[in-house]
Amino acid sequence: MIFSDSDIAAIWLTLRLATTVTLVLLIIGTPIAWWLARTKSWLKGPIGALVALPLVLPPTVLGFYLLIAMGPQGVLGQFTTSLGLGTLPFTFWGLVVASVFYSMPFVVQPIQNAMEALGDRPLEAAATLRAGPIDRFFSIVLPLAKPGFITAAILGFAHTVGEFGIVLMIGGNIPGETRVVSVQIYDHVEALEYAQAHLLAGVMIAFSFTVLLGLYWFQRKSPLLVLK
Amino acid sequence: MMADLEVVVDKTVINKQAIHACFNVTYPQAQSSSLDVDLTLPGRGITAIFGHSGSGKTTLLRCIAGLEKLAQGNLSVNDVVWQNQNSFIPTHKRPLGYVFQEASLFPHLTAQGNLNYAIKRADEKISNEDYQRVIETMGIETILQQYPQQLSGGQRQRVAIARALLIQPQLLLMDEPLASLDNARKQEILPYLERLRSSFDIPIFYVSHSMDEVARLADHAVVLDEGKVIAQGSLGEVFTRLDLPLGFSDETGAILQGEIVERDEQWHLAKVAVAGGDFWVRDGSDKIGHQVRIRVQARDVSLALSDHDDSSILNRLKAEVIEICATQDEAMALVRLKVGKDVIVARLTQRSLNELNVQCGQQLFAQIKSAAIIR
Repeated sequence: MIFSDSDIAAIWLTLRLATTVTLVLLIIGTPIAWWLARTKSWLKGPIGALVALPLVLPPTVLGFYLLIAMGPQGVLGQFTTSLGLGTLPFTFWGLVVASVFYSMPFVVQPIQNAMEALGDRPLEAAATLRAGPIDRFFSIVLPLAKPGFITAAILGFAHTVGEFGIVLMIGGNIPGETRVVSVQIYDHVEALEYAQAHLLAGVMIAFSFTVLLGLYWFQRKSPLLVLK
Repeated sequence: MMADLEVVVDKTVINKQAIHACFNVTYPQAQSSSLDVDLTLPGRGITAIFGHSGSGKTTLLRCIAGLEKLAQGNLSVNDVVWQNQNSFIPTHKRPLGYVFQEASLFPHLTAQGNLNYAIKRADEKISNEDYQRVIETMGIETILQQYPQQLSGGQRQRVAIARALLIQPQLLLMDEPLASLDNARKQEILPYLERLRSSFDIPIFYVSHSMDEVARLADHAVVLDEGKVIAQGSLGEVFTRLDLPLGFSDETGAILQGEIVERDEQWHLAKVAVAGGDFWVRDGSDKIGHQVRIRVQARDVSLALSDHDDSSILNRLKAEVIEICATQDEAMALVRLKVGKDVIVARLTQRSLNELNVQCGQQLFAQIKSAAIIR
């Protein structure tokens, strides 16, 4: 086997992290995207900007604040301690929480765009066919915005796999717990193990390229369905 | 006989089966109200909501459907309150069907899937018989397995109408269902709409800016202009009024109900008996005994003091002047004439009016240059 055991552990951990984060984001990102797509409130701008912040902030800034919030004195930290979960920094779930914030725009924005592209008409048509709000969401919005959800899931997953800075800030470097592939590569380079670094870095490039290629192919093949 | 019967039914039933709609919609940017109406509309037959674009017709329909968020008003349908100061029944709880200008079929479902969407959510399970009747009336048996993208505009609209019928509405709202179609498609759908009228006993509000559609389909009409009601009543009453604003003057004219009594094969003409006399019209290959509707536009009617038979005009009817009215066009005047039980309108120049010295109550002859069977 060309991968070392610690490399394989890092790969598994990365996949586990990315899968968990993607699922969590699809669940909490959907209502946020729905609200952003439909609201006429003045809060749309501020909330939208907040969601998009990780796109422009250095991961260290986000990581720094999350570290404080999740620490023993922080709001999140006190909450998790009171639940008997201890504090989150330097744990897998700490990484999940941090990654959820960090990858949020990559999931929310494609879903929001797909929902905005629907317009009012399909929902109005459904309402005149006796579909209530929840019924409309599941029978019309979800199927029609499906391409947006798929794009969101792919981007959220891929972006979580590619995290580095925020992992170092929140997770540190604990094998099997927080040492993901990007950190493992960093370790290899630090230790001058260039062959190992090459191998993992190559895998990352191949993975990312394949994912993006697949995404563009998918987007060309199934554009959003338009109401006629 | 038909007409008499209808009047009786109207008086007794309309009071109970009426739709009362009073709405005021003001958009924040606009100076005045975009819609300000107080209407009592019949709870049966097809009521046309007629007006130019921007007159508020669609807004009125959307208010009735509960789709217009900014609307304030009262709405009751057959004595059930749908909206007032204290309550607002959301669209999905109103027993209505809505046909949009664009068919608005759900693109992720087949035509059948779109119909099932309605069937599944209807208050009552639809009988197989009723289902078949809808499918047959709209003529969509063969296209049910196709997706909306694969259908023509006309086919899509027929599926959309079927979908609205399958929800088994107590009131069907149609917002210019033909406006997005080209003329050939319109002619394709009109017969289906006529069948809809004769096979389903649902009150229909039909928004349109096309006089042809209104004359052909409607029983009643409401004319809107700049968000206000300027005329309402039976089709005959509304379009024989002399005070419609200038923008509607071309539409002024009578719509008469009659029966084909004779066909002149040699000259390709058909004789239509209406209450006030007989009309020769171009033969539309309707059979003798067929009930038809004919339209006599004011601009095609002129007046003569005596019954000439030395003119090219075939249709000359005895008429009594009941009202004379100047128009906004200073050169022209409109004259309402009683022909038997019917009313027709003539448009002539002020000068002719003066030269003939036309007076109210006067007996004279209406010469009708052309009349057309519209149904």
